[in-house]
Amino acid sequence: MDKVMSNKKVIALYVLPALLVIMAIVYIPIVLTAFYGLNEWNGIGAMTFIGLDNYQALLSDGKFWDSAWHSLLLAVFSALSLIVYLAVAMVLSSKIKGAGLFRKIYLIPMLLSSVAIAQLWLRMYHPTNGIVNSFLESIGITNPPAWLAEPSLVLYALFIPILWQYAGFYILIYYAALKNIPASLVEAAKIDGATSLQIAFRIKLPLIMEVIKVTIVLAVVGSLKYFDLIFVMTDGGPNGASEVMASYMYHTAFRAYDFGYGSAIGFFLLVICLLVTWVIRKLTATKDTIQYS
Amino acid sequence: MFNKKWTVLLLTLCLAVFAAGCGSGGGTEGAGGDKSSGSGEGEKVTVNFMHLWPAGVSAGQNKIVNQIIEDYQNENPNVTIKQEVLDNEQYKNKLKVLSASNELPDVGVTWAAGFLKPYVEGNLFAPVDDLLSGELNGKFVSGTTEAYAIDGKTYALPLEFNIAPVYYNKAIFEQYNLQVPQSYEEFKQIVKTLSDNGIAPIALGNKDRWTGSLWYMYLADRIGGQDTLASAISGDVSFKDESLVKAAAEIQSLVDGNAFVKGFNGLSNEEAKSEFLNGKAAMYMMGTWELPNFTTNEEIPQEFRDSVGFFKFPTVDGGKGDINSWVGGPGVGLFISEDSKVKEEAKKFVEYFVTKWGEQSVTGAGVIPATKVDTASLELPQLYIDLFNEMNQASSITLFADVQMEANAAETHLNMIQALFGKAVTPENFSDEHDKAVSKGK
Repeated sequence: MDKVMSNKKVIALYVLPALLVIMAIVYIPIVLTAFYGLNEWNGIGAMTFIGLDNYQALLSDGKFWDSAWHSLLLAVFSALSLIVYLAVAMVLSSKIKGAGLFRKIYLIPMLLSSVAIAQLWLRMYHPTNGIVNSFLESIGITNPPAWLAEPSLVLYALFIPILWQYAGFYILIYYAALKNIPASLVEAAKIDGATSLQIAFRIKLPLIMEVIKVTIVLAVVGSLKYFDLIFVMTDGGPNGASEVMASYMYHTAFRAYDFGYGSAIGFFLLVICLLVTWVIRKLTATKDTIQYS
Repeated sequence: MFNKKWTVLLLTLCLAVFAAGCGSGGGTEGAGGDKSSGSGEGEKVTVNFMHLWPAGVSAGQNKIVNQIIEDYQNENPNVTIKQEVLDNEQYKNKLKVLSASNELPDVGVTWAAGFLKPYVEGNLFAPVDDLLSGELNGKFVSGTTEAYAIDGKTYALPLEFNIAPVYYNKAIFEQYNLQVPQSYEEFKQIVKTLSDNGIAPIALGNKDRWTGSLWYMYLADRIGGQDTLASAISGDVSFKDESLVKAAAEIQSLVDGNAFVKGFNGLSNEEAKSEFLNGKAAMYMMGTWELPNFTTNEEIPQEFRDSVGFFKFPTVDGGKGDINSWVGGPGVGLFISEDSKVKEEAKKFVEYFVTKWGEQSVTGAGVIPATKVDTASLELPQLYIDLFNEMNQASSITLFADVQMEANAAETHLNMIQALFGKAVTPENFSDEHDKAVSKGK
């Protein structure tokens, strides 16, 4: 059996089905998207080849860069929130009372579908009978803002449910990573007289560094292509104040019937995501992984 | 060794084939093509009909559709109508996908003007002018089929027709001793009285954007006249026309006067509607498709339904508009695929469907049909009858701007509406952006 498995041809044969599927549903569409981006196309009739015009228009499209800025803001906030999640995971992984319960509580939002979360928060943000404004009024703030209608606030109002939604996911990842640290290392540090802060920063953090790097990439790229909550809650409005790159792509392609330009945005989004991933990998690259054992 | 290797491979292959066989059960059937040639008498013909009235969501419509199809099949035993039912958004998407691969159903549902245009340009829909000049001649409410016409040919037959009045809560009006406004000045007075008393005057869900567009269109119509508005939308007159800029400015002064519910730019139409249905807002401008909620829908308290009235958008002093001019438009219509192999049969079916639909949809689904219906012979709520009569007296009906414009320009229009209501643009900028968008599409 081992001999069969080490035969190059057999390996190729086993890999082939998965490769074909992933080619057909991921890589070929990417290439096609890039190609559609070179055309003027309303999605129905014939395509006209217009070269790089769409990509050129994209570079000077103020609306696109606004949406890119919003996506970037979301990425920054998601990345920063990782610090909080890490802290929570640290506390949970130390043997405190009710850690299991808290872990479950944090995880619940992740089990809800995005649309359910959107409906929930839509009601909370309701300008007159939502719980947020009712609370603000009860503590004496007159005329609290209509969160989702105020162009200067809407984006941040949306960030809260988005970050809340993914909190459980990252806490779970960190928790699992922290639980994986051998107890002997922590005990050894204790015997050497290390404080719990020192243990956290000198022992635990370096040991889960690889996991942290992965979560940064996940959080940033996930934010850059974020779509669902924003689409349901504000649809990018009012007047584009909460438009992100993915929703702008959707609106261009499916509302304005400009599939060529929409494809160009989609392809550009992919390029940005790849670029950002590469930059993050570069920035966080270390020569060797730390091992204490 | 060689043997063993190949045995493993063979086994894997068998498994793969087996798995594939499980997955593709019945995938080959029903792929659009129906091969019967001509519509010969006894020959079996299948007409594929795709529509958007699932039993769960549009029970009334679904029942009527099934009834009509059953009757038709009984009258024409050689014809089978095969239905495919989808939800609204899924329907739109599927139609687009099917059109890309040229596999449209023989008969399907479409929207007017801007939606229709790319399909017509792609030669996907068949003209139905022969039907219009035939038995259906004169049966449609005037102005309805025009919305489906491009370059002089009509490409679909409308089923519904809607106009948008301002509904109001009689109980609230009585409480503050208010009368239906005869002029825009009176209307503003009502808004002020309500707002001073802490009642939201108007329910508006402007997250959906076309809702706010209605208000702008009416003001533009009443100030500048229907001609000016219609020509601006078609690109023949600039949106910078004094009267249109004034209409935009008037919107902002309504916003300043707290005329609309709080946070309207973040509320969906459904949320705004519930403000009106709960008696928290006094007025609500919406299409006649809402009529069942104000008349026959048992889920809404009788007391509320009885207290709903409507008025026509009042005239503005010095404006050129006519009080009998409406904003509205046809809902969906039926198209016949250009590439259909059973075109003649499909046409006959559409003709039959449209005729029957007119009679049954009023009572069965609470829809106002695009075909003329004798209201006297039907048992209908008063609100219906009044609006029917208004529609017949209409001096003109302007099609919803976002339906009429090209998709691209419509997006700009809708975004600008949101910006105008949110005071993120000046009326002048608002007009500028419109001119740019409309001229681009020309």
